[in-house]
Parts: sequence; structure tokens; C-alpha cells
Amino acid sequence: MEGKESSKEIDISRVRGIVSKFTDRDDPNLISVLQNTQDEYGYLPKPVLKEISNLMDIPLTRIFGVITFYSQFALEPRGKHAVKVCSGTACHVKGAEDVKQKLRDELQVREGGTTADYQFTLETVACIGTCFLAPVMMIDERYYGKLTAEKTSEIVGTYTNK
Amino acid sequence: MLKRLISNNDLLAMKRACEEKLKSDKVRVYVCMTGCRALGAEEVYGEFQQQVKMQGLEDRVEVVETGCQGLCARAPVMTIDPPGIFYGRVTVDIVPEIISSTILKGEVINKLCYAEAGKKIPHVKDIPFYNKQQKLILRNCGVIDPNNVEHYIANNGYEGLAKALFNLQPEEIIKEIENSGLRGRGGGGFPTGTKWGFVRQAKSDIKYVVCNADEGDPGAFMDRAILEGDPHSVVEGMITAAFAMGANKGFVYVRAEYPIAIDHLECAINQARQLNLLGDNILGSGFNFDLEIKKGAGAFVCGEETALIASIEGKRGMPRPRPPFPAISGLWKKPTNINNVETFANVPLIMQHGSDWYKQFGTKNGAGTKIFALAGNVKNTGLVEVPMGTTLREIVFDIGGGIPGRRQFKAAQMGGPSGGCVPTEHLDLPIDYESVKEVGAIMGSGGLIVMDEKTSMVEIARYFMEFVQEESCGKCGPCRIGTKRMLEVLTRLVGGNGCKGDVEALTEMAHVTKNASLCGLGQTAPNPVLSTIRFFLKEFEELIP
Repeated sequence: MEGKESSKEIDISRVRGIVSKFTDRDDPNLISVLQNTQDEYGYLPKPVLKEISNLMDIPLTRIFGVITFYSQFALEPRGKHAVKVCSGTACHVKGAEDVKQKLRDELQVREGGTTADYQFTLETVACIGTCFLAPVMMIDERYYGKLTAEKTSEIVGTYTNK
Repeated sequence: MLKRLISNNDLLAMKRACEEKLKSDKVRVYVCMTGCRALGAEEVYGEFQQQVKMQGLEDRVEVVETGCQGLCARAPVMTIDPPGIFYGRVTVDIVPEIISSTILKGEVINKLCYAEAGKKIPHVKDIPFYNKQQKLILRNCGVIDPNNVEHYIANNGYEGLAKALFNLQPEEIIKEIENSGLRGRGGGGFPTGTKWGFVRQAKSDIKYVVCNADEGDPGAFMDRAILEGDPHSVVEGMITAAFAMGANKGFVYVRAEYPIAIDHLECAINQARQLNLLGDNILGSGFNFDLEIKKGAGAFVCGEETALIASIEGKRGMPRPRPPFPAISGLWKKPTNINNVETFANVPLIMQHGSDWYKQFGTKNGAGTKIFALAGNVKNTGLVEVPMGTTLREIVFDIGGGIPGRRQFKAAQMGGPSGGCVPTEHLDLPIDYESVKEVGAIMGSGGLIVMDEKTSMVEIARYFMEFVQEESCGKCGPCRIGTKRMLEVLTRLVGGNGCKGDVEALTEMAHVTKNASLCGLGQTAPNPVLSTIRFFLKEFEELIP
């Protein structure tokens, strides 16, 4: 699993292919490069970022600036499954806090944290646009709606050994 | 592979062929496969397909995967047509019964029907939620398969574009849009035709058209539904806009949190390319235009147009002062037109039927319809399209079915973190851009969250302030510091540590932040607080010793 790779084992060659896909274009877009890199490695490892900086001739500081601006990017390894709890208005009104608390207890992490076994990363998102099913969460790319604390732990349970 | 269309006649021929192909005596089962996925729609759809196959009913029944059907509160939902029966809370187990009873024998299964005041209403046409709406933009949503361009073309898709390309001059298209009275649906309400005119007049070899699909307002899901349920309408609107302004390249900036929308839009763009509706020499008209999707990386401020431009360029999404406006100097310093998803989705209809037809809907200052995302403490949460000028009461009570649990309506929050709450005394307010502004909210992009008597309004104000404080990009002081200090006061109040003078301090900070911030985020961030102070001052006073 990508998340567990230590910096010694990181295969930098994979990022070269990603960068070359974009530098051929009129607008070698840093954000798209970073998004593709994160898809590939699971997060944005430092040696890989240095390689991007060399290949695209963009100072590492500027790359760091872009990464820290957007909530999607991670500089640390993330869990196998991304649990995104919605904290949008409708979810807030309908009890998202209980769902969040349940997840914190169940996974033993705070928002933004990753479980010790690298199975889950807990995140909150502003709104995933399924307010009619509030409160909602997303695990990877799957939506779960009308959550209760109980239902939440059942759903998480189905992922525990996946 | 789809056949390339090289003339208007090719498009017309394809339309006839699609109509013929879709004409059938089969019973169609429309299953929502977008928002309803959260409650198991995929399994229901799979079961239907399997059962139809197993029972050898392929020539009698067709299962269609659709976008949002609107009545999301009943998810997962489906419609059986004929006879036009709506079912909600459908489970895998009940699929065989639906086939044997409803589809084969025409019998209604009561427990799946929508009910109001204890009365079951099986037919779509009788359900108040549906028959009180005016579905123009959502006409295809929930009715066609969004990933099948033949469905879109059979329903007059790309007809408006063909008319624009072959019957109208670019200036005439802009006149038509101006005359239609269409205003930006993203919240600003700027006249769309005027905006297009600026870009048309700008002198440049390269121009861009951008669709803002960074629907970041918590509580809003209109644009998501359009992209998921009828993506070709947005593509068609963008091609028309590009032709009118002389742009050859377009971008759709979509939130990464909307994977289904991105998926459907990608599919639509690929189909349009195969059909020669995107690319070089579109429909043989000599006009070239192509579209690309840019995925957002998670920053609310990127919904602001100058921040969005910076983000497409691959930079930190920070706004810059205007002027120059994007119409003069936008993406890579070239003239750029930015409209939101719903605005573009209005364009094909105006082209097809003309601006005079379009103006019959809505009010004098707000032509057409508006889609609202109805959520919170209301029975029929979901997606609603009504003519401008419809009252809040009609939306919340007639269409929305009122408040659940015998509670009282307290307020509707409109416009998300840039808006405000509209209390009971303004329930009969006809909603358009100006009227909503007068009561201290904004129409915004269409998020409408209903709050009942149990909701603490101060806590809601705190919630929004927390949101904008986190999302403030930090470039300008008034927004960065103002939101932080206001949040501190609100958190203290909610935590039971209110002090004398808190309301006055909040009001003063709100005005400074509003007046001195660089972009729309900061300029509107204090709105929820000001609106709560205006209508629910008593709730603040109760928290101050």
C-alpha cells in the first residue's frame, strides 16, 4: 500500500511520466500535476515534489504554497479509505456533530488524522451536495446518507477489513 | 462510436432517428442513479435489470438510469411510465413485487407511494411537489439517461445551438440573451447578455469561456444535479456562448467532491466530440471550440471569479482586485467570460424558443425560473424549480410539504454563508434578486435551508462564521481578521459567556469587514450575522447577562 512507503522506498520515476504528460501542453498546470501525483502515490512525498520542482522549473516554495492552499492535498501518507464527513448547513442542522463524534471515537483520530493502521483518514468537507439526505458522509467515492451514530459505525465496520 | 455530424441536416436526421429509436410501447422504469446512490439506488437498478432479464421481459420493460428526480427525501426513487407512477424508498427486496404487480398488472403498491396528510398519491401528475413546479431547466433531469446523447438529441438537444450557428449572427445571439432578461444564477445576478457583450467587444485573438461549477455553498446542490442529470445542456450553452463571443476554448471548473458530475460531464464532452459538436468546424459551420474539465482542489474561495482564474492557471486560488474585469483580462490575461452551470443551462432554451417566450416566466426584474436546493427541517427535501417571483411560502409549504414533526417554521436560510435568514413575517415575499436583498438575504445560488423553532439562530450565525473564517484565503486583512474576531465573539456567546456590548461589537466589525474586504467572500461573510441580529436580536439578548 502506497501510504506506508518510507521516503527511502519511494519510486520517483513514476512522477516523471505524470509531469511529461502535462509539460507537452500549452499550460503545464501545476495543480493537475499535483492531483495526478497524489492519485499515484496516495499523498505528496517530499522527494517526488523535489522532482516536480526540477522537471517543471518551479521553486519548491511555490509548490508548497499551492499544496497548502488547497484542502485536497496531503503531505503525509493517508489511510487506505478516505472518510469525508459533511459539515454543510443541512447536515449541521440535522446532527452531523453526532456522526463526527462517533467517527472520532470509533477510529480514534481527530479530523485530518489517519488511523495507526493506515486504514482510514478522517476528514470533514464543507458540503458534498447531498443535503437532502443529511447528515451524510462519503467513504472514498461512495455516498452514505441519513446517518445516525449507530448506522455510521455499522458502515465503517464494513470497511475495516477491506 | 457515434457518427460525425457535418451539417444542420445531419443533426435533424439524427434527431429523427433518435426519436424513432426511443419510440416504443415498452414500460420504462426510470431509476435515479445520482443522489439516490447514497441510499442504495445502484443495487435497486441492478436488481431491476437482472429481474427483467431473468423473467424474459426485455421487450416489454426498459430500465433507464437517470439523474435527480427531485423528491430526494424519498430516496431511492423511481418512476414507472406508463402510467406515471412515482415510488420512493425502494429496496432490492421489493423489486420483484414492483414488476409483478405494478408493471405487469398495473396495481399500485401503497407503501411505496408519496403520501400527504395520510393520503397516498401514486401518480406524478397529482403530487403537489411536482405539479406546483415549473421545470424548464430540469425538464430532462430524471427523465433522460444523462450518459446517452441520443436521449438529449431526441428531446430537442443541440437545436438551439444549430439555430445560433446557422440562423443568427453572434451580435444577434447576444441581443437575444440580453432581451431574455437572463441574469447570472450563481448569486451575483448580473445580466448575462451584457457580460457576453463585454467579451465580444474585447479585442483579442484568444478568448475563453469558463463554467463555474465550483458549487461550494454548503446547502447547495443545483449545479451538481444539472451536471449529473443533463450535462449536455451545459455543454450546449457553453458552445453557444463561445460562438457569440468568438472564443475557441472553454473550461469547466468542477469541485472534486462531485465525482458523479465529473464522470457524466466527461462522458458528455466525449460524445459531443465524436458528434462534431465540439472540435473543429462544428456541424460544418466553420466554428471551432473545445472544452476541458478542471478539477478543483478544495477551496471555497475559488468560486470567486478571479480566484477561480488563478486556480485554473495552477496557482493558489487567491482573488485579485477588479478592475480589470475578467471580460477584459481574465484567464492568462485574455478576455474571459465566466458563468455558472445553471446560467449556461438556460441558454439552449432561449435559443430554441426565443427571448420573448422565455420572458413569460418569472418577474420583470428576474426572468425565467430558479432552481432551489431545499434542505433542512422540511418534509420534501430535494430539488425544486419554480418561476422567479414564487413566494417562500409556496416553496416551503406547498412544494416542500411544510415542517416535519408538528414543529413551527422559524426561518429559511438563503444564499449560504453569503446570505441571510428570512423569518416567518416574510414568508409571502415573492422571491427574485431584489426582493430577497431587501430583507437582508441574497438569492445566492439557490441553497434554501429551512430551520424550525428548535434551531438556535445565533448558533447558525456562528456556524457560518466558522465556515467563512476557515475558507478566508488570508490575502486581505479585513476578511482574515474580521471573520476571526467575529467568530470569537459568536463562539463566546453560544458557549454561554456573552458580554455586554457584544451585539454592538459584532455589528461594527460586520460593517468594516463588509466594506473593506477585497472580494465577494469577505464582503458578504458578515451577512448571516447581520441578518440574524436584524430578525432575531432577542436570541442574542438572551445570551447576554
